[in-house]
Formats: sequence, structure tokens, C-alpha cells
Amino acid sequence: MTDPFIKIEGLYKIFGTDPESVLPQVLEGRSKDEILSETGHTLGLKDINLSIEKGRIFVIMGLSGCGKSTLIRHFNRLVEPTKGQITVDGVDVMHLNRKQLESFRRHKMSMVFQRFGLMPHHTVLENVAYGLWVQNVDKKTRTEKAKQWLKSVGLAGYEEQYPSQLSGGQQQRVGLARALCTDADILLMDEAFSALDPLIRSEMQDQLIELQEKLHKTIIFITHDLDEALRLGDRIAILKDGELIQEGAPAEILLHPASDYVEAFVRDVNRARALTVETVMKPPAFRITAETIGEALEQMRRLPVDYGYYVSDKGYQGVIVQETLEEAVKEDAADSVSEQVFEEVAAIAPESLLEEVLPETLDKDYPLPVVDSGGGLCGQLSRSSIADALCEPQGKEGEPQGKEAA
Amino acid sequence: MAESSWFTDFPAMERSDLLTIRKTLDAGYREFSRTYGDLIESFFDPLLSFLVWFEKLLLASPWWAVILAITFLVYTASRSARLSVAVMIAFLLIGYFGMWDNTMRTLSIITVCTILSIALGIPIGIMMSRSDRVQSIVTPVLDIMQTMPAFVYLIPVVMLLGIGKVPGVIAVVIYAIPPVIRLTNLGIRLVDKEVLEAATAYGANAWQRLTGVQLPLSLPTIMAGINQTIMMALAMVVIASMIGVKGLGQPVLKSITNQYFTLGLFNGLAIVALAIMFDRVSQAYAKRTQRHLGGAQHD
Repeated sequence: MTDPFIKIEGLYKIFGTDPESVLPQVLEGRSKDEILSETGHTLGLKDINLSIEKGRIFVIMGLSGCGKSTLIRHFNRLVEPTKGQITVDGVDVMHLNRKQLESFRRHKMSMVFQRFGLMPHHTVLENVAYGLWVQNVDKKTRTEKAKQWLKSVGLAGYEEQYPSQLSGGQQQRVGLARALCTDADILLMDEAFSALDPLIRSEMQDQLIELQEKLHKTIIFITHDLDEALRLGDRIAILKDGELIQEGAPAEILLHPASDYVEAFVRDVNRARALTVETVMKPPAFRITAETIGEALEQMRRLPVDYGYYVSDKGYQGVIVQETLEEAVKEDAADSVSEQVFEEVAAIAPESLLEEVLPETLDKDYPLPVVDSGGGLCGQLSRSSIADALCEPQGKEGEPQGKEAA
Repeated sequence: MAESSWFTDFPAMERSDLLTIRKTLDAGYREFSRTYGDLIESFFDPLLSFLVWFEKLLLASPWWAVILAITFLVYTASRSARLSVAVMIAFLLIGYFGMWDNTMRTLSIITVCTILSIALGIPIGIMMSRSDRVQSIVTPVLDIMQTMPAFVYLIPVVMLLGIGKVPGVIAVVIYAIPPVIRLTNLGIRLVDKEVLEAATAYGANAWQRLTGVQLPLSLPTIMAGINQTIMMALAMVVIASMIGVKGLGQPVLKSITNQYFTLGLFNGLAIVALAIMFDRVSQAYAKRTQRHLGGAQHD
């Protein structure tokens, strides 16, 4: 495969008066607390390695003080690392001089801040156009582009207002428009929605997802909220005390937490909203492919269960229950399988969330068929697999007690 | 005998030694001022000619033109009709009580001192805000400038440049410049870190950050500094009159030595009128330019 779009290798950050002198001790593997008590230096980030693909939302998650805000500031060198390599689209960011770095920040990346970081003395329009103003773009182009982006975040008509006249959600929309206005490939979002109340936050998440579908930016999103991470992220990295604990797709993190720390994190998540059908479904076991009712019954009797998914050349057709087949055979065993014998159970899509399919699954006595967009049967979702997925953390929690008893 | 005396009397240095120190320093400085006095004086020549020109302009223009001009400036800065009318009345009264010429002289020297203080003070304040080291050097110097009795630094200035307008301006600027430096420094240091970080993240260079973010956002604080500087310059007018600065200070000085209470009071009131005018106008201007920062609240 080609090189990743953004690559971070062996990144260390130590805060204090003389970070270089402390670095050897960090490399030896001494702990954060030891270093703090012996040298008075704070270990901010420790051996971070990340590869980020183009056009994806990469979420960096952790509790406050874990170094996530420090980490995101390394991408555009708002914070200088003590040691490490940062490569963005083939450019070695660490070797840019001041002028090159300014140009890199102007054209390659833009940033959205937790407390918005808007200029209080500029109007909304001027704020959105700020990145272009920095680039010395002429006023006409600036105004035109800024107006267009304000419109696409739903704030047309607010051009001449000042940020203090706007609500938090509106201010962050201005922040987002400002970030998009420079046409940078990469969007750094530092806890961009954390200061907003929950309803506005989920609205903003929807808007970001919607925009991303059109724009395909590479987004690095910092958050402390796992629900938000799971909702937005194509990949999630979990940070603790400046160390990378786990990196993977959302479902991977949910279903296979790498450590107790991640597991504790994952426990409170609403799994039904975070997991998709794809991640918990089983391969479809019971296909009925026969042409006639008699043959179908033959197939059915060989199965350990009394239902099957009827699949023809055109793909999935419906569910057949043994009882119906027995009835139909009495009339004419040679008759072909038709709508009369199978039940047209609506299939579910592999990418839908568990939450959406939960009622249907509970309604039926047999597992629901999962059918992809091409019409092919790709899996089945039973009540018990849903139950397993949703209850996993509690089950694991019970384990140590069981051992004690033994 | 000699041993016990240090216990009761402070072991001070010999009188003759002290005398030598004083003589050496005084002679050294006198030598310095004789050698370089003319050179330094010629360095201040442009300032002097500007001062003379500005004073002549105010004195030579007809009184009604000056009052109209001042009222117009006050209105442009403050957009307050009440303030403008009050200023006009104050100047009419000053003229009626026969203090017109002295007021014009004071007005000219205060204006020049303020412009000079701002022109020097804001860049120094900016440098202080950019480096903790500069701040740690400049702060004690400012402390000395503010606490050292004005008379003490009048002596070397007079020795160097004689008496007259330029030493007066220097003395006033030394006394009045600290607030604008301190508050420029403070204002820039208090600018919201995230806003500044946003500017940096969008690739703004140092100049764009300074002019686009730091100065505009610290303007209220800087304006408070300028306001203080003007007030202190006005307070210094009487002391400056001791070294030959003409204006409202001289009659006050005359009233002290001759016990003319009423003369002192009138001229003192004229200084107060000028002070209030400068204060209200600069504050109204600052408030007007900052209206969007906190005035309009979203509900």
C-alpha cells in the first residue's frame, strides 16, 4: 500500500525547563510520575505512532490531561515535539522553516477550537474569511467564499453580526465555516463540540457527517466523549497519560478492548447505537435454494432448525417456515416455490445500527436475514447475538468473581 | 575607644570619602554635559521646532477658530453633543478669565508629550510583552521612573540641556510614560490564548498576529494606559514650570511664592478642566471603538 497521508513516528513531548536532558530517562521507560518527582518535568506524550488515511475521520480520544490536545497541536506544530517525526502528504513537517511552516498552516490544515477561538472584534463574515485574509487574498474573493461557506453551515444572514451576539452552537458553526473556507485538506478539530450542550452537539455531529460526505476531508477529531468518537470516527485512537493504548475501527474497540482502561471506557457506551449489524451478525447458515416445494422440504428437514432463507438467482427472496412447507407439499410437491410459501420478511442492511433493527429482531421467532445493497444474503442476526453484543461488558465483569468461587 | 564607637554610632564612611565620590560624579557628569551637551541638544532640535510651531499655531490662530476646532475634535472622538458643549463652555470661561494664552501653551506641551509617550511607550510595551527577559529589565526601570522624585531627575536634564521647553518635555515624558508601557504589556499578555492560537494555526505571521489580534484585543487596556499617561502629564505641568516651561504651571508657581490664593485657584481649575476634557474624551472614544466586545449580548 502507499504511504499514509499523515504519519507520526516516535513522537515524544516533555514539558519543563530542559526537556532534552530528561529525554534519555523517558526512553529508558521510566514512568510519568517518577520523572515528575525526580526532575520536575511533565511527560506529555510518549512514543506516539499513528498513520492516518486520506479522506477519513480519525478520532483521538482520552480523558482530560491525557495529552490529546497536545497531540493535535503537533500536527501543525503549534507545539514543538521533543523528539519525533511528523509527515503530512509527503512533507516532513519537522524540517519546515518559519516561512514554510506559515505557508503549510495556511494551505494544508485548518483548525476548529473548543472555545471557538473567534476574533471578537471582527464580524462573522470577517471571521470566516480570516484564513484568506492571512493569505492576502483580495477582499472580493474573500467575501464571496466566506458568504458561500456561511450558507453551507446554515448561517446565511448572520454576516454582519459579531460573535458575541451568537449562541455557542452558532459560534462553532462560524468556526467550522472558517476552517472550511481555506480549502485545506486537513481539518484539526480540538474538542470542537465539547463546549456545546448535548442537543446542539448531536446536531453539529450530523452536520459534520453531512459535510464530510460531500467534502471528503481528512479530519482529526479530538474528544473525551466515546459516544461522539464512535459516531464520527472511521478510526479511533485511545490515549492515556500520554500513551497510545489502542487504535482501531470503532467496532474493534468496542468488542475487543485492549486493556482494562479501554474496557472501563467502553462499558458505559450505548452499544446499540454504536454497533452496526455487520459487526455482530453470524454467517447465514440456512439457505433454501430448491426450485420446487418438495425439494425445499427435503432441504429443510436436513436443517437443525425449522426455518430457512429462500435464495434464488435474483438473491434473497424471503423466509420459509417448515410448517408452511409441510402444508404446501400436501397439495403439490412439484409446484415451484412461490410467494405463497415464503414469507416476505424485510431484510436488514449490514450497515444499520443495532438500535434501528432491535424491535424487528425481537418481533420474530427466527433470526433476521441481513442483505447487502446488491441483494445477496450476507448474514443473519439473532436475538441471542444481539444480546451477546449488548451484554458483553457485564459478562466479563462477572468473571473474576467466578474464579474466586472456584 | 575606637572599638566601642561602631556599636553606638553607625560605621559610616569618612566624610572626606563621601565628598570625593560626590565630587567625582558631579565633575564627571559636568564634563559629559559640556562635551556632549550641544550634540544632544541638536538631537532634540526637531522636537523643539515642532513644539514651537505647534504652540505658535495655537496662539496665533483666532480664539474662536481654536474653540471650534477643539469642539469638532471632541465630537468626532466621543460622538457626544453634551461633552462637546461642555468643552466649549469650559474654553470660553478660561478665555474670559484671562488664561487663554497659558492654556494654549499647556495644551500644546501636553499634546506633544502625550504623542511622544504613546509613540515610545507602545513599542516598548510590545517588546516587553514578547519577552519575559525584557519585562524583567524594564519593570524595575519603570518603578524608578514612577517613584523617583521628579526634582531629582530634573537636575541632570537641566544640566545637560539647560532650562526650556525640551527639558520640560523630557521630564514630563519620563514621569508620564510608565502607565502606557505597563498597560500595553499587560493588555497584550492578557489576550485570549485561544484566539491568538487560532491566528497562528491559520498561518498568521508575527506582524499579522500583532496588528490583527493582539493590538485590537488589548486596545481597551492600552486606552486606559494612555488615559493615565495624559493625567500624569497634566499633573507634571506645575513641576515642569520650575524649569521654564511656560503655561498654566507658571502662574501656579508664582502664587505659591507670593501667596496669591485666587490666581492659583483659577489656574489650577483650568488644569482640572483640561484634565477632565482629556479623560472623558479618550474614555468615550475607547468605549465607542469597543462597543461590540461586550455591549451586545446574545440572549
